[in-house]
Amino acid sequence: MNKKRAVRWTVCFVFLTIITAVFFVLELVIGSARLSFGDVLGALSGSGDNAAVTIVRDIRLPRALAAALLGGALSVSGFLLQNFFNNPIAGPYVLGISSGAKLTVAISMTLTMKYGILLNSAEMVGAAFVGSMISMGAILLLSGKVRNMAQLIIAGVMIGYICSALTELAVTFADDANIVNLHNWSMGSFSGINTDDVKVIALIVLPVAAAAFVLSKPMGAYQLGESYAKNMGVNIRGFRILLILLSSILSACVTAFAGPVSFVGIAVPHLMKSSFGTAKPIIVIPASFIGGAAFCLICDLIARMLFSPVEISISTVTAVFGAPVVIAAMLSRRDQKGSM
Amino acid sequence: MSGTILSSKGLSVGYGKKVVVTGLEFEVCKGEILTIIGPNGAGKSTILKTIAAQLPLVSGSIDLTGKNISEIDAHDIAKTLSVCFTERITAEKMTCEDLVSTGRYPYTGRLGILSDNDKEIVRKSMELTGIAHLCDTEIRCISDGQRQAVMVARAIAQQPQVLILDEPTSFLDINNKLKLLSILKELARSRDIAVVQTLHELDLAQRFSDKILCIKDGKADRIGCPEEIFSGDYVSELYGIENGNFLPMFGTAEANKITGEPKVFVIGGGGRGIDTYRRLQRQGIPFAAGIIHENDAEYPVAKCLAAELVTEKAFEPISDINIQKALALIKKCDKVICCIENFGTMNMGNKSLLELSRNNKEVIE
Repeated sequence: MNKKRAVRWTVCFVFLTIITAVFFVLELVIGSARLSFGDVLGALSGSGDNAAVTIVRDIRLPRALAAALLGGALSVSGFLLQNFFNNPIAGPYVLGISSGAKLTVAISMTLTMKYGILLNSAEMVGAAFVGSMISMGAILLLSGKVRNMAQLIIAGVMIGYICSALTELAVTFADDANIVNLHNWSMGSFSGINTDDVKVIALIVLPVAAAAFVLSKPMGAYQLGESYAKNMGVNIRGFRILLILLSSILSACVTAFAGPVSFVGIAVPHLMKSSFGTAKPIIVIPASFIGGAAFCLICDLIARMLFSPVEISISTVTAVFGAPVVIAAMLSRRDQKGSM
Repeated sequence: MSGTILSSKGLSVGYGKKVVVTGLEFEVCKGEILTIIGPNGAGKSTILKTIAAQLPLVSGSIDLTGKNISEIDAHDIAKTLSVCFTERITAEKMTCEDLVSTGRYPYTGRLGILSDNDKEIVRKSMELTGIAHLCDTEIRCISDGQRQAVMVARAIAQQPQVLILDEPTSFLDINNKLKLLSILKELARSRDIAVVQTLHELDLAQRFSDKILCIKDGKADRIGCPEEIFSGDYVSELYGIENGNFLPMFGTAEANKITGEPKVFVIGGGGRGIDTYRRLQRQGIPFAAGIIHENDAEYPVAKCLAAELVTEKAFEPISDINIQKALALIKKCDKVICCIENFGTMNMGNKSLLELSRNNKEVIE
């Protein structure tokens, strides 16, 4: 019985890792400039012609790394929120947290652009974090008043709409030259991320995801409900604050670098829970991280290549694959409990 | 009994400043079962939550293993006291074994990985409550009775000295109620665990508790052994029973009697008349009954349900005076129902009563 489970988990982890590795390589190989696998290897080791080295090392590698790290961050962030709200369809995007981050980043960008200042990546993350926390605060206030989980999601979606509308407004007042940039970003994209950005992303995402993993034990207890968790010795207040902080930092980081990316935070944890057959945080957190990486690598490849050389926004692709999974997640909850 | 494990002094419980119950003084020893009873909304669950350190106490003190509970670290409380609440677990994709394993939480390391010893304890807890076969089943796919057994197994896996249960028997059928309470009794006996629970089933409270604490009107009204609590009219008063009569001996209630001129006379005794009394009550027919000895098994029921009742002193042959009384009642009735087949020496009076009434009334035997 336990052995069967261990086998299942191992198989799933191996499979996920292979998928991630394969698509990571494909991200490096496939693109409008045709390169062979050998070219890519050569470029990575620094030999080969200059154009290939630049394309691989400065454009494709950072982009692939960013897609993987941010995808993982987004999925873990979603899983944390699902545990916090005890709701499988909670996620940074549907709860309006990504949109809150988008709004503050857009506002700070347009304001600083006026004075010709470009925000560095850390400042972008900071602005996004503030926005995430504002949306999160609104959701927390509402969650105290709203009994039904579906209502909470609707409230989150509405907060998202408000933030998006305000973002549009901010973009309208931006300088003409910057509108294109800002507009692309506000639709969500992994393009234009450079090596320095990737370093910042790794510095934020990896430790925070590790911290989330360390929280798996109290998170597992919390899945039984507050009273039981408390009886097991969990410091509920501290735990809840940590959960909110970690998930907000992760989703803020994603939004700062790639704009809002839809549904990954719900779809990937759901897929992981279904394929691993468990919701144990100690399994699902690493699984979601790897799964989110694979999911975003695949979606980014499609976003880049479907209408190449025209790139579509990453959210368009993640929505196509993610939204049906969200519906499935909702239905599976219904099957088992009779109501949401 | 090896000493007190949980006690309270001048304890008031409630939410914030809103006091729900005051004057709680109790002591629970190892291996003892304390049951809290009282009307709905009396604050029984609030008391349990406070004892389990889920709610801050309003005033007074609780001692757990000889230490003031507010000075004990949450982690140490977890190793001493475990709980079973009424709220449903809604976690996804959690097997019964996963759930029981969470009981090991206070004993596992940073990441909560179970050792072989932990796994053994989980397995034994599940065997003890008879749910070992469910270990791979998802908790959302099991019945209420099984779920309650799983929750108890989880609480046991926590290896507590005190086990707190809020209405553990609600939603269970009679067989599962008895099963669960027997498990608790066994736990208390074999592992010296003190059990504190709330129950709505008074009959079960009476049979499965060592001590009973009664809560009424925001106060701890009485505490005592079942014999002390289930005597006289106390339980009726405690619950303010108006639509029936509580029989302390059986721990159950009979419906209100139908008053009025008796239309039927029932000759009963030895418990054989009970079904007839209840049937007449259901049909709304006022009846008289007799002649019942005061130590007869059906005396309390007859007393509750008969509009008129003729009784005889315990262990005495039926006197002529009482036969005359009964005959006077029979005269006013339309018919006589006799529930007795064999009359004994002490009960000869009823035999002559039956023969006398055959002369002028319709008799159903």
